Amino acid sequence: MSHPTQTAALHDCRGAFADTLIALAREDDRIVAVCNDSVGSSNLTEFKAEFPDRMINVGIAEQDLVGVGAGLANGGMIPFVSAAAPFLTGRALEQVKADVAYSQAHVVLCGQSPGLAYGELGPTHHSIEDLSWLRAVADLPVVVPADPAQTAQAVRWAAAHPGPSYLRIPRIPTPDVTPPGSSFQPGRALQLTNGNDITVIAAGTMVSRALQAARSLADEGIQARVLNCAFVEPLDTEAVLAAAAQTRGIVVAEEATTTGGLGAAVATLTAQERPAHLRLIGVPRSFAPTGSTAFLLEHFGLTADHIAAAARDILAHDRR
Amino acid sequence: MLSADQGEAQRFRDARIRLARLSSAEAAPVLRTMAQRVRRDDLQMIYRARLGHIGGDFSVIDILVTLYAAILNVDPARPRAADRDRLVLSKGHTAGALYATLAHCGFFARHELETFASPLSALNGHPNRTKVPGVETNTGPLGHGFPVAVGIALSARLQASPRRTFVVLGDGELQEGSNWEAAMTASHYGLSSVFAVVDRNRLQQGARTEETKQLEPLAAKWASFGWEVREVDGHDHGQLLDTFRRPGTTRPVCVIAHTVKGKGVSFMEDRVEWHHKVPSAEQVEIALRELSA
Repeated sequence: MSHPTQTAALHDCRGAFADTLIALAREDDRIVAVCNDSVGSSNLTEFKAEFPDRMINVGIAEQDLVGVGAGLANGGMIPFVSAAAPFLTGRALEQVKADVAYSQAHVVLCGQSPGLAYGELGPTHHSIEDLSWLRAVADLPVVVPADPAQTAQAVRWAAAHPGPSYLRIPRIPTPDVTPPGSSFQPGRALQLTNGNDITVIAAGTMVSRALQAARSLADEGIQARVLNCAFVEPLDTEAVLAAAAQTRGIVVAEEATTTGGLGAAVATLTAQERPAHLRLIGVPRSFAPTGSTAFLLEHFGLTADHIAAAARDILAHDRR
Repeated sequence: MLSADQGEAQRFRDARIRLARLSSAEAAPVLRTMAQRVRRDDLQMIYRARLGHIGGDFSVIDILVTLYAAILNVDPARPRAADRDRLVLSKGHTAGALYATLAHCGFFARHELETFASPLSALNGHPNRTKVPGVETNTGPLGHGFPVAVGIALSARLQASPRRTFVVLGDGELQEGSNWEAAMTASHYGLSSVFAVVDRNRLQQGARTEETKQLEPLAAKWASFGWEVREVDGHDHGQLLDTFRRPGTTRPVCVIAHTVKGKGVSFMEDRVEWHHKVPSAEQVEIALRELSA
C-alpha cells in the first residue's frame, strides 16, 4: 500500500501567491502590495524589485496597514494587504470589520503563515482563530486555498472580485491536490473524490491529508467523498447538505480552532437543515504547547490517520 | 444609496464659483450663515431622533462647512468622481453634522435629514459610504479615518492625481494609537496632500482631555512626527479658509482648530454633558433663537 503524498513534491503556497501577484501587477497598474515590514515573510522581495513604487511598507503597524489598504481602494487601487495572519486578523480586526468589510472596500487581505505554521514561536504567532473571527464579519469572503494552483486561482479571483476578501495563504508545504482545469467559483467546494460512505470536508493544508485518509479508507473498502472547501465563507451549502444526505457522516478537517471555523460552519448548517454524524478535526479551544509545526499537527490530530479514524468512528456509530 | 438633489447641487456649484472669487474675509460671513443653518438642522435632527452627539457636532460644523462649501473639489452630482478631493470624518459620531452639511451642499435632499437614525434610514448614527454620497469610509470606532486618509493620499501619488485628502479628527480621538501610526506613515512618505484637521474642543465623552489623558503639548507632538502645524480658531471661517487655501510644502499639514464643544448655544458651550445629551423642547426653542441671531 502506498501513500503518494508522502513522496510527492511539497510546495509552500507563498511562491504561487507572489508569482501570481507579480503577473497581475504587470497586467494591471492598479495592483499594489501593502505590508507591515513583512516584505520577506510575505515573499514580496521580487515584487518590490519590479514595482518599487507599488510596494507600500507602513512598518510594524497593522491597524494603519489595513486602514491604508482601505484608503488605497477608495482611491481606485487594488491593494493586496499582506501580513502574518495572526497580526493581520487579530491586531487589526476592527479595521477589517469597519474599514474593509462594512465599507465594502476592494481590499484583498492576505494572511501569511497561518494556522500552526509558526510552530515553536508559540500561540502568540499561531493563527488558529482567524477563521472564527472573520466568519463572524459580514460580507467578507474567507478563502483558504489548498495548494499553489488554487492559491494562484484565489489571488486572481480576489483581484477581480469588486469587494473585500481574506485569503489565507498556507505556509506548511503541501502536495498538489487541485486537478488541472478545475474551476474556482465563490461559494463552491471542489469535489476531489467520489464516494457515498463518508464525506471528508477539508480546507487548506488539510486537503492533502483528507485525500491521504480517503486512500487508506479505500483500502478497507470505504469510499470517501473528499470536498476541498476553499470558500469557508460563503460556504457551499448545497455540497454540504448533499454530503449530509448522501453519505453516512461528515469529517471536517482544518488547521484552525474548531470553535468557529469550517467545522463550526458545517455543524451549524447541518444541525439546522439536515442533521448528520459529524467529527470536527482541528485545534481545540486551547493554546498550543511548545513544539514544531509537525509536532503540533500530530499533537492535535491534524493527520490523515486521525481523519481516517474519525471516519471509521462515524461508520461504527451509524446504525443506518 | 441616496442621490444628489439636482437643484441644490447646481446652487452648490454656483456658490462655489462665487466663493472662490472672494477673499477669505469676504467669504467668511457667507460660510457663517450656512454653518448656522446647518446647526439648526442638526439640532432638529437630534431632537427628532432623541439621540446624537450635539456637542461635537457643533464644534466641528464650521470646519466641515468651510471645507465642503469652499475648499473641496467635489461635485455632489458625481460623488465618486475619481479625482475628487476626499474628506474623511474620522470622528464618525458627529455624523449629524456631516449629514446636515452634505444635505446643504446638495449631496442628497434636505428632507432626508428627517429620517436620521430612524429604522432603515440611510442616515445611521455613524456614516456609511455605501448609503450616503459624500461619505468616503465607514467610521464610528475612533482612530480609523486617519490611516484610510493616508491610503487615499498614497493612491493619489501613485496616480499622479492632484487631489487632496482632508481627515477631520477629534482631539480625544488622538488617544487612539492608530492615529500616530498613520501620522508616521504620512510623514515617512512625505504626503503633502494630506491635511489632518484636529477639532480641539478639549472635551471628550466623560471629562476634559487633559484630565483624561493629556494631549499637550499637542502642536509639538505633531511637529515631532514631521508635520507642518498650523493653529487656527476653528470657528473663524476666515482663518479656516486662509489655512486651507495656503498650499502645503513637502510635509503633511496638521491644522489644530481650536474649538468650543456645543459652539453657538450658550447653555451647551464647553459643557461636558452635552457630548450626547438630547435637548428638551424648551431648550430647542432657546437654541434655535440663539442660532438665528
